[in-house]
Amino acid sequence: MQKSPQLNSHGELQHLLTIEGLPRDVLTRILDTAAPFSEVAEREVKKVPLLRGKSVFNLFFENSTRTRTTFEIAAKRLSADVINLNINTSSANKGETLLDTADNLAAMQADMFVVRHASSGAPFLIAQHMAATGRDHIHVVNAGDGRHAHPTQGLLDMYTIRHYKTDFTQLTIAIVGDVLHSRVARSQIHALTTLGVPEVRVIAPKTLLPTGIERLGVRVFHDMREGLRGVDVIMMLRLQNERMQGALLPSTQEYFKSYGLTPEKLALAKPDAIVMHPGPMNRGVEIDSAVADGGQAVILPQVTFGIAVRMAVMAMLAGN
Amino acid sequence: MSTHLPDAEALCVALAEAMRPHVDPAATALVGIHTGGVWVAERLHAALGLKIPPGSINVSFYRDDYNQRGLHANAKTSQIPFDVEGAHIVIVDDVLYTGRTIRAAMNELFDYGRPAKIDLAVLTDRGGRELPIAPSFCPHSLTLPADQMLALERAADGGLSFRVIKE
Repeated sequence: MQKSPQLNSHGELQHLLTIEGLPRDVLTRILDTAAPFSEVAEREVKKVPLLRGKSVFNLFFENSTRTRTTFEIAAKRLSADVINLNINTSSANKGETLLDTADNLAAMQADMFVVRHASSGAPFLIAQHMAATGRDHIHVVNAGDGRHAHPTQGLLDMYTIRHYKTDFTQLTIAIVGDVLHSRVARSQIHALTTLGVPEVRVIAPKTLLPTGIERLGVRVFHDMREGLRGVDVIMMLRLQNERMQGALLPSTQEYFKSYGLTPEKLALAKPDAIVMHPGPMNRGVEIDSAVADGGQAVILPQVTFGIAVRMAVMAMLAGN
Repeated sequence: MSTHLPDAEALCVALAEAMRPHVDPAATALVGIHTGGVWVAERLHAALGLKIPPGSINVSFYRDDYNQRGLHANAKTSQIPFDVEGAHIVIVDDVLYTGRTIRAAMNELFDYGRPAKIDLAVLTDRGGRELPIAPSFCPHSLTLPADQMLALERAADGGLSFRVIKE
């Protein structure tokens, strides 16, 4: 069996690049580790000294305020020194390559890179480069790469589901929307199937589904009403306007009519179903305000849990 | 070997009696260190009739050997259900050894506030201190070789007993 590049020789997490291929016990361990971190935020001093003296570089080659901020808060609550680099406004524009940027930061004694990049595989490339040049002590966290993966989002979604629903093996879960352009959806599907969710549904128009998605072990629905029937969890995806190329959709109004989550469609799910969204939301496009602000939405708790999950991931990596 | 081990139940009773003259049931708060210390704190809380619910601490975020040992999954959460500011707190653990766990627990407590006074209560002191830390209440002591760990265990019926683990 090929060894996952994310795991060291002891099977411990060295980098977090993707959820795909991570064993169930590693996923569960991350979720277990995140639980006590969520309590740190309720203290007088919202900090623990685990990463004191470590330097965490947030390398954002693509904009994201929320993800960068939650990684920054997580690292700071672990007492790390955090350096934020928005590279689309920096050296990359002057022609520096990805690995040259990483080498330069490694020469500044970086301990961890949190990488967001528009190209799939960029964080993997950095991790591989660090290993090939004998710098195994530098850890890499993928904060979203192209259409590939967004593992900490997938993990915080799993943490949220477990918080409200406890047992993954009893659930029917629907992922709704722009699966084609969504790295979040890929991470969610891998996590849900690894954790033993018996039925994962994806609900989307044909134009927003990658071909062969069924091979990931999901049931495909094109009719949202049919797909939502009896589900325990609804995971909405953002309609990725800025990624749209060509005419995949007639109009956002048309999309809302067919695939927007309204109170009336939500009523088809189980009465205690929860509604999730990775943010930022397009109100009136994929989700109705009455649902987004309603009692079944757990969208803001997702953000809070995201900090604890990112703290757990960074603390586990730095200790391995 | 086991005949040399102290009786954990008897030590809980002895520890409570040693503490009784020094605690104020309305104002003293206990904080047990996961996992054994939490069990002992529950016993002491009942025996001493304390009003403030006992807290618990998981010191793994504050340990000084994190770089060597890493962080292991430990779903135990620190819970301090009272205001630490100005409180009289007794840290409770099962076995006192190097003192590093106690240092970590005190560091953590100060992140919740500034206690007026902290005491330390343990069932037994096995020697081998590496820090200048001494118990306020300790009904028993013994000497163990460095390759042996003394661990408190709780049976299904709630009974506490000691066990020696060889490394």
